[in-house]
Amino acid sequence: MSRHFTPKVVTANALIEGDVVYLTADDRWTRQHHEAELIEDEAHAQLRLLTAQAQKNLVVGAYLADAKPGEAGPEPVHFREVFRTRGPSNYVHGKQEGALNV
Amino acid sequence: MYNYTEFDEAFVRARVAQFSQQVARRIDGSLTEDEFRPLRLMNGLYLQLHAYMLRVAIPYGSLDSRKMRQLAHIADTWDKGYGHFTTRQNIQFNWPKLSDVPAILSALADVGMHAIQTSGNTIRNVTADHFAGAAADEIDDPRPIAELLRQWSTDHPEFQFLPRKFKIAITGSPHDRAVTKAHDIGLRMVRNAAGDPGFEVIVGGGLGRTPLIGHVVRPFLPQADLLPYVEAVLSVYNLLGRRDNKYKARIKITLHETGAEALTAMIEERFAELRRAYDGTDQTLLQEIRAAFSHPVFKTAPTEAHYNAQVNDPAYRSWADTNLVAHRNPDYAIVQVSLKAHGATPGDATSDQMRVLADLAEFFGHDEIRISHEQNVILPHVHKGDLPTVHAILKKAGLATANVGLISDIIACPGMDYCSLATARSIPVAQAIATRFDELDLEHEIGPLKIKISGCINACGHHHVGHIGILGLDRAGVENYQITLGGDGTETASIGEKAGPGFAYDEVVPAIERLIAAYLDLRLEPSETFLMAYRRLGPAPFKAALYPEGNRHAA
Repeated sequence: MSRHFTPKVVTANALIEGDVVYLTADDRWTRQHHEAELIEDEAHAQLRLLTAQAQKNLVVGAYLADAKPGEAGPEPVHFREVFRTRGPSNYVHGKQEGALNV
Repeated sequence: MYNYTEFDEAFVRARVAQFSQQVARRIDGSLTEDEFRPLRLMNGLYLQLHAYMLRVAIPYGSLDSRKMRQLAHIADTWDKGYGHFTTRQNIQFNWPKLSDVPAILSALADVGMHAIQTSGNTIRNVTADHFAGAAADEIDDPRPIAELLRQWSTDHPEFQFLPRKFKIAITGSPHDRAVTKAHDIGLRMVRNAAGDPGFEVIVGGGLGRTPLIGHVVRPFLPQADLLPYVEAVLSVYNLLGRRDNKYKARIKITLHETGAEALTAMIEERFAELRRAYDGTDQTLLQEIRAAFSHPVFKTAPTEAHYNAQVNDPAYRSWADTNLVAHRNPDYAIVQVSLKAHGATPGDATSDQMRVLADLAEFFGHDEIRISHEQNVILPHVHKGDLPTVHAILKKAGLATANVGLISDIIACPGMDYCSLATARSIPVAQAIATRFDELDLEHEIGPLKIKISGCINACGHHHVGHIGILGLDRAGVENYQITLGGDGTETASIGEKAGPGFAYDEVVPAIERLIAAYLDLRLEPSETFLMAYRRLGPAPFKAALYPEGNRHAA
């Protein structure tokens, strides 16, 4: 029996703004975690990561982050990833500043 | 204030031009991130959690009004209207776009500033006593020496690829405000028996995952031998330093592994070789630099306004008690402007506040501004007669918090609100502690106390040398805060001791409250500070306060 695989999303930072982005199932980069593709298979995760890492002129530092299914789409698991979905806690800056579209 | 020569100007402009092209090549795809990363780090550009961060050097923490106004302009034009002053006396902009960085660097060059060597395995911004040139207890102004070191170390070909970053601090006063014992090289000005000025050279101090107090390799180094000696230290380190393991690559580990005696002997041997190569040009240059730091012409004017305000205005008196420091001219004072308003982010200043500080420096402060490693701003030369006006203007700008040196004057690194290396947040912990003790109206009663918070083991928040240190960690996916006690970053330096198991995020403030209540109970008299009480009593009563349920948690 294969070991349990924690679902993942592919995330990175946008090359120009540095803002946190996520890879969608239809190969776009979104700034919203809930729009990300929730990857539930390890082999598929590796392929999606390779796809992301190949996009050198759009994003920087792509990696797989743990996620879980939620009502509106994938939700982050670790607190670091939660902070990345909204921005710093001392000012209303970053994603929490307003709805940012890709 | 040192002003760029044609050579400095040409060098910085050339670097801006190079980096501008490198950014363009990164954006058009000619450079990969792996190729670009070392180039951007050489120019102070990091990619953090939510955005890029540009770390701008403020050499030895010294600015004038023109530079400060330009920082405000940069904050407004390319960032979000504020800047964050750091424990290396630098400023960080948290939101620049990659494509805007060349314009920012060009704007910095316009006022003789840059971001060179604020990152990477090079000699970083040389830090100095923020009261340099003003302190009553000073032997000599350390800034000309710091500037000499800056010029010597900038783009020094031998030291661009050191085993790890390298930090130098210098103080001209017996009272160490520059944390010299926790630096790769710490320089303390001293005089020998004959009265000649020189340096005590301390090597191998540092914080981070292996906190160590530096070792004195030379009790007295004649001033003229400084550059060859520092070069000898770097040269020996460059060869011996561990490049195989970045956690063991700092000179403090080299010293530990080689042995202080053996390392000192190697430094002396190398120094003997290098000294011959120095023909006195460095001393000529130093004389030229000194001229740029000639002391301001102090005015003679009535000082009653200050003394009257102390009697008539309780808020002014409170501010004067905590935020003013004795100047070497008795008619003047050193003004410490707190960037720690209760509940605010330690070290942050808005662009409007920067402009107010620039105006105050220009009109009332001989055009000098310093940034302290404790993340406050210093107006080093203010005439006592002008102090009430300065205070009133600071107050209007939200800059008159009377808390320097008190419990709410907290050093905090950016932590996981910004930093990609962080393991937990620091800023909200600092905000919560400051807010709580303000509510309790206790901080003046508590007296001098340094709380320092880092959001990871790298210790940018200097937690090891906080009287109370707080280190944020990730424990199984939850923020957890370890408390250390009894640290000290001054001439009586010591590394804080871990008190016991860590605390959850919302348990930190109550834990600090228990600790402070215990201190207030234990102290012999109000003049016995927290650190003095800790040194007298040892950790036991403080641990008992932190862990009231006894040994149950103390495993």
